Amino acid sequence: MNVAVLSGKGGTGKTLISVNLAAVAESAIYMDCDVEEPNGHLYFKPNNITEKDVAVKIPEVDHTLCNGCRQCVDFCKFNALAYINDKLIVFDEICHSCGGCSLLCPEKALSEKDKVVGKIQNGISGNVEVHTGILKIGEPSGVPIIKKMLEDRKLREKDPTQASKLTMIDCPPGTACTVMESIQGADYCLLVAEPTVFGLHNLDLVYQLVTLFDKPFGVVLNKCLGDDHPVEMFCKERNIPILARLPFDAELGMLNAKADIAVRKSEKFRVLFSKLLDRVTNEVQHEATSHS
Amino acid sequence: MKLAIPMDEKRFDSNVAESFGRAPYILIYDQETSESLFFDNLAATSRGGAGIKAAQMVIDKGANALLAPRLGQNAADVLKAANINVYKTIGGSAKDNVEAFVAGKLNLLDDIHAGYHNHNPGGR
Repeated sequence: MNVAVLSGKGGTGKTLISVNLAAVAESAIYMDCDVEEPNGHLYFKPNNITEKDVAVKIPEVDHTLCNGCRQCVDFCKFNALAYINDKLIVFDEICHSCGGCSLLCPEKALSEKDKVVGKIQNGISGNVEVHTGILKIGEPSGVPIIKKMLEDRKLREKDPTQASKLTMIDCPPGTACTVMESIQGADYCLLVAEPTVFGLHNLDLVYQLVTLFDKPFGVVLNKCLGDDHPVEMFCKERNIPILARLPFDAELGMLNAKADIAVRKSEKFRVLFSKLLDRVTNEVQHEATSHS
Repeated sequence: MKLAIPMDEKRFDSNVAESFGRAPYILIYDQETSESLFFDNLAATSRGGAGIKAAQMVIDKGANALLAPRLGQNAADVLKAANINVYKTIGGSAKDNVEAFVAGKLNLLDDIHAGYHNHNPGGR
């Protein structure tokens, strides 16, 4: 059961909700796909950490074989290659690793080499396996790292006991390529929003995204003050279920600011997130039966 | 000497384009013959790396210098490899800038921006 948590902007509570839902489950996987600034590990403080690099393929030129035909330059849709002063130049950061140029080169002057763009850190925190994607500073796209994390997850799903395991996918903020990649394998999407006018705008962005991807979804409102709000109207008009309304609560804020996991520190919040997890599980099962 | 200038319109007396890589046209002005040739900038609509492709075009058309208001890092790298100097335009038309260049009034462009490649709508 893969649940992606997303929001139109940063700071709405994606990590708070992903971390606490994973921690309140009997056993779970927490995947931090916010690879530009992963912070879930600050809460889990995982042990037994293993690391592996994630690399992409980029072209390498053998200048002794290149005859300057420029087929590769004309082929590249991203203009990652230029031919200047009788020499082919590769722009690594522009390359999207499609491999087309090295397939095309009639002189076999182009081959592919690995370029490390980041790493995945795996560790354990009690009942939770913590997977953290980390993009190397200066790299333009986190997509290859997220792709690798989800591939690893998919391989394990061949085992039915692993497939049913709760996996919380903590997405990057917004609606960019990295978010689209993160929700690909999700059975359900949780949209986190603040009940403000700005929050409504951001909710609408992710609402459009998950609709486009035809994903079942529900909304969690965070930092609620209890009064009626346009966000509630927005959900009501579109029949979007609001699965929980987390209060604007000083105690929750304090625990979170200390990088404590609320459900591991307080019975009150254990009950709150446990209810939310039940609700999400029901929604996922309902989706599974109504689509089979 | 041949000068390259990014243009919004195909007229010598119209303004220099704000952007290099995404300008619709590239003007190649030949100082010896006073001839202006306008080329469609094939990079203008490309998905990425427009600066690289536009710079490649400037080189392929045999330009010796580029006059532009600003330039991205990738385009600058390509032009540097080809030993093409870039001069900062002073506003106004291509004609004004060619005259200023001839009079030695244009400075070399040295503040290269990092490009506009961070496409993350709604993100931070």
